[in-house]
Amino acid sequence: MEQTASMATQIWTTVGILLTFCLFSFLYKDNPFYKFAEHLVVGVSVGYWAILLYYNGINPNLFSHLFVFTNDPTTGAEFNTWKPKFDELYYLIPALLGIAMWTRFSRKYAWISRYPLALYLGISSGIAIPVTMKNNVLTQLRGTVVGLGFDWSTSGFLGVPQSIWDIIVILGTISSLIYFFFSKEHKGAWGGAARLGIYTLMIGFGATFGYTVMARISLLINRIQFIRDWWNMIS
Amino acid sequence: MKQQIPLVLVFVFGVLLAIQYFVPSEPSQRFYEVALDGLTVIGIFAMVLGIWSQIHVGYNKIKRRAEDWQYSVVTLVSMFGMAFCGLSFMGGLNGPIFRQLYNNIFIPIQAAIFSLLAFYIASASYRAFRARSAVSTVLLVAALLLMLRVIPTGPLADPINQIGSWMLMVPNMAAKRAILIGVGLGSVATALKIVLGIERSYLGKD
Repeated sequence: MEQTASMATQIWTTVGILLTFCLFSFLYKDNPFYKFAEHLVVGVSVGYWAILLYYNGINPNLFSHLFVFTNDPTTGAEFNTWKPKFDELYYLIPALLGIAMWTRFSRKYAWISRYPLALYLGISSGIAIPVTMKNNVLTQLRGTVVGLGFDWSTSGFLGVPQSIWDIIVILGTISSLIYFFFSKEHKGAWGGAARLGIYTLMIGFGATFGYTVMARISLLINRIQFIRDWWNMIS
Repeated sequence: MKQQIPLVLVFVFGVLLAIQYFVPSEPSQRFYEVALDGLTVIGIFAMVLGIWSQIHVGYNKIKRRAEDWQYSVVTLVSMFGMAFCGLSFMGGLNGPIFRQLYNNIFIPIQAAIFSLLAFYIASASYRAFRARSAVSTVLLVAALLLMLRVIPTGPLADPINQIGSWMLMVPNMAAKRAILIGVGLGSVATALKIVLGIERSYLGKD
């Protein structure tokens, strides 16, 4: 039994290795092996997400309100008995609206899909207005200003009081925002602030780029380790 | 009916959901939960359009024996195969074959695709990092410092680490905050335009 499991692991890992080589072959040039792996990942991804969204999206957000769910006595996993329940029938509305999205397949009735689309946009916009205003704007403004404690006793980088660096964060934030403000021409003092803003933004973009490079290199190292482990396993 | 009702729906639900945020009562919370569930359900049903489109394009390519039609067979077979292995009687998300396909096809290919980008990002770095102006020099120095910070550099490790930390906590934080504030204001403005019916491109032409 253990021998079989080990053989199955070897076969599955070899499949993963072959697909990894198929993709790396693109470094030479576009070729049928790469195209095969590319199309395979598209299909597998669609199948995976369809199933994942059924179990983690449709089941908890729709079916659990319209049908009776129970736990499997052996595995403990929750499953749908398909017995209807009638206390939350209003959940049929999003289901019908969801189905109305499919009228896009018909040229004659495609206009019906505007209703669910409108509802979707209305709900998401309505939720986004206060939440985004709070999380992206007010919390960031608060974090920028509240950090300014005028604590001259704590020294930060280069022995400079931390409050000085806090003030520089505020100036950097304001100057970066000025750079994005195009309703006024970037000339004079305003232009100088915008210039400071672009330098601040470049440091931010440099940091992001550095992190991205490191993340990709980490993935490459991980793939090389995967190949090494496979090699050790088969030899 | 084709234009006005959707506009009314967007306005009514947009305003209701925006007000709901400021009404901390149980019915208001319940309304929010149902609306959020509805949002998820409509989104998932809309995904069927994408899947159908994928099947339609692939099927037509195979039917017409178009160039590289064989790859469409791969896409369709893998799509239906993966979905089939995830059905309830196959064990669902924890089904043995579904998990093996996920672990040994989905994960290795995705990781390999993103690791391929390491090579392309290296050539992009060469082009981006040439210090042709003061601004690009700042970008170059910031990226290099950040990368040097995580590798052993002997006696230089401590100063590099200090400069790197300062860079992350002062100018980088200022830039990120400005970007977040800008994105936030832009998102709110766009959402308001949609709710108020100023932005109505989603309605199409007729």
